[in-house]
Amino acid sequence: MTESELLELYRRMVLLRTYDERSVVYHRQGRIGTYAMFWNHEAIQAGATFALGDDDWIFPSYRESAIGLLRGMPAEMILQWWRGHPSGWWNPADWNVASIAVPIATHVPHAAGLAWGKKLRGEHVVAMAFFGDGATSEGAFHEGVNFAAVMNAPAVFVCNNNQWAISTPIEAQTRAETLADKAVGYGIPGVRVDGLDVLAVYEAAREAVDRARAGGGPTLIEAVHYRAAPHGTADDPRAYIDLARVEAERAHECVGRFEGVLREAGLLTDELVASMRKDAEDLMRAGITTAEAEAPPDPELVFAHAYVDPPPNLRNG
Amino acid sequence: MAELTLVEAVNDALHTELARDENVLVLGEDVGRAGGVFRATAGLLDRFGADRCVDTPLAEAGILGAAVGLCMAGWRPVCEMQYDAFSYPCLDQLITHVGRYHWRTGGRMQFPITIRMPYGGGVRAPELHDDSPETYYVHTPGIKVAIPSTPADAKGLLAAAIRDPDPVVIFEPKFVYRTARGEVPEGEHVVPLGRARIAREGSDVTLLAYGAMVPVCERAAEELAGDASCEVVDIRSLRPLDEEAILASVAKTGRVVIVHEAPRTVGFGAELAALIAEQAIFDLQGPVLRVTGFDVPYPYWTIEDSYVPSVARVTQAVRKLL
Ligand SMILES: Cc1ncc(C[n+]2csc(CCOP(=O)(O)OP(=O)(O)O)c2C)c(N)n1
Ligand SMILES: [Mg+2]
Repeated sequence: MTESELLELYRRMVLLRTYDERSVVYHRQGRIGTYAMFWNHEAIQAGATFALGDDDWIFPSYRESAIGLLRGMPAEMILQWWRGHPSGWWNPADWNVASIAVPIATHVPHAAGLAWGKKLRGEHVVAMAFFGDGATSEGAFHEGVNFAAVMNAPAVFVCNNNQWAISTPIEAQTRAETLADKAVGYGIPGVRVDGLDVLAVYEAAREAVDRARAGGGPTLIEAVHYRAAPHGTADDPRAYIDLARVEAERAHECVGRFEGVLREAGLLTDELVASMRKDAEDLMRAGITTAEAEAPPDPELVFAHAYVDPPPNLRNG
Repeated sequence: MAELTLVEAVNDALHTELARDENVLVLGEDVGRAGGVFRATAGLLDRFGADRCVDTPLAEAGILGAAVGLCMAGWRPVCEMQYDAFSYPCLDQLITHVGRYHWRTGGRMQFPITIRMPYGGGVRAPELHDDSPETYYVHTPGIKVAIPSTPADAKGLLAAAIRDPDPVVIFEPKFVYRTARGEVPEGEHVVPLGRARIAREGSDVTLLAYGAMVPVCERAAEELAGDASCEVVDIRSLRPLDEEAILASVAKTGRVVIVHEAPRTVGFGAELAALIAEQAIFDLQGPVLRVTGFDVPYPYWTIEDSYVPSVARVTQAVRKLL
């Protein structure tokens, strides 16, 4: 990686971290609705997507809601999603970022289908899907990964193993020793990486993306870390989590860790860090201002877009 | 015109539409090498190749979920569900994504998915090869549903579904797959969604039905011919629904019997009855009656004839109204 690539990767992590921390504040201020924070998941999201080209597709879950920022999606668009405003429903084709998947694992077959469909058209596009450890217990995960494997589709499945699915720990989710082991059952490579080491995540993703693009089929990447924040703004983890463990995890969070690496290499100065943070904060400030200035949605939109060609009695209620 | 069975007409539609639009592809379990367990997809693999007639893993949610991604890549997927009751695993994708994704993108991406499946009983099969699941599908916003009863409509409605910009589910009455024979236009043939068909004209009683219940109603009408003139309306398209044709027939006869194989409670007949109650109550000369399956698991095949609405049950209902 070049110096500028390393700095760009760091900038992306700062962008995500800032989005996340500001969003929690906005939630407390009543400016956005329920929010699923991704604090300390930035290395996985920034690292894995750094291996993608702009034509490649990203299939996020709610945990990766702001991943479009890395493609230049305006912050207000994502903020509006969390504000329940229809302008937060972006056009996936504009960003090659699919809609946020709320039902766990159900987007995994979509990634398989897109990767396979592009391959059928002779386009060398890779689909990367993000989902959690809990998602690997769902049938849709199994059907999607198996489908991609059988079709030799250029897909990369990134499992964010934060070891919790709300209050359910990974031991209650699976008897498998690792989630990467599940790849064996699909006949595809499974890789386990430190989810707080952005370079390790990037390296694993790059290998997977290269292999997929070269016709080598899908890869399952398990990025291991530990959820160091609540599941979402409505969750109180004190009921089920060991807070001392959470404190310990927070002490070696991923953005600071990468910052240390870059500083040690002499690539990062205080000024650069400050300016990246300021840019990200400005982006968020502008984003929430724009979002809040937007007119409330027209109730007519209730009927909009349910169909391309709607049945005549759609408005009978 | 060629005389075809209903399943041959389905096959004809698939051949015609795949030849017409290179973005159409067929996927499902055993649709390629075997040509489908009912032969509905026969010949497609040889003619269009393995990329456009795809044998998939045994995974109904995977098939429909992959179809969502295929649409994002510019395809118009036609998914076969091998049987009615084996489509249930795909309902998660149908409800959470297929019916919502166009809306979710603010109307900017289209998901022109067709799902087709054989449905209904009477074929002396083991458990779960006989269901009539249309209600689950019609109840799902964002989805359209059509059910042919004749070979010509089987071809024309499937073609309309494939060309439609919205997701459409086609239920094919497997009981009459090979017994329904009829003239089918050659080449391109489209029957627009949203138009009912008057299968038989009459003036005393309206029989509303779809799929394999249409011929049952036609036979009932024949039997009653000396006593009552029955109009048989083949609904064909459950959504969009041809309310006009239904209400016009009710206005003419003032008496209605609705017939479907699916269980009674919240079956599509309840929707039709509500429509008539709301919009045609003053045309009615008696209660709207339903002849339906029962609220029980579809029975063992040795006793299934006691479940599926028969000509006798339909004529009995009609006589109550006279
Ligand atoms: C099909 C489905 N079931 C249940 C839920 C409710 N739910 C939301 S998040 C979640 C936990 C998911 O855990 P995991 O897959 O590990 O992802 P994480 O939240 O840790 O990123 C659950 C049960 C849902 N969204 N979808
Ligand atoms: Mg988790």
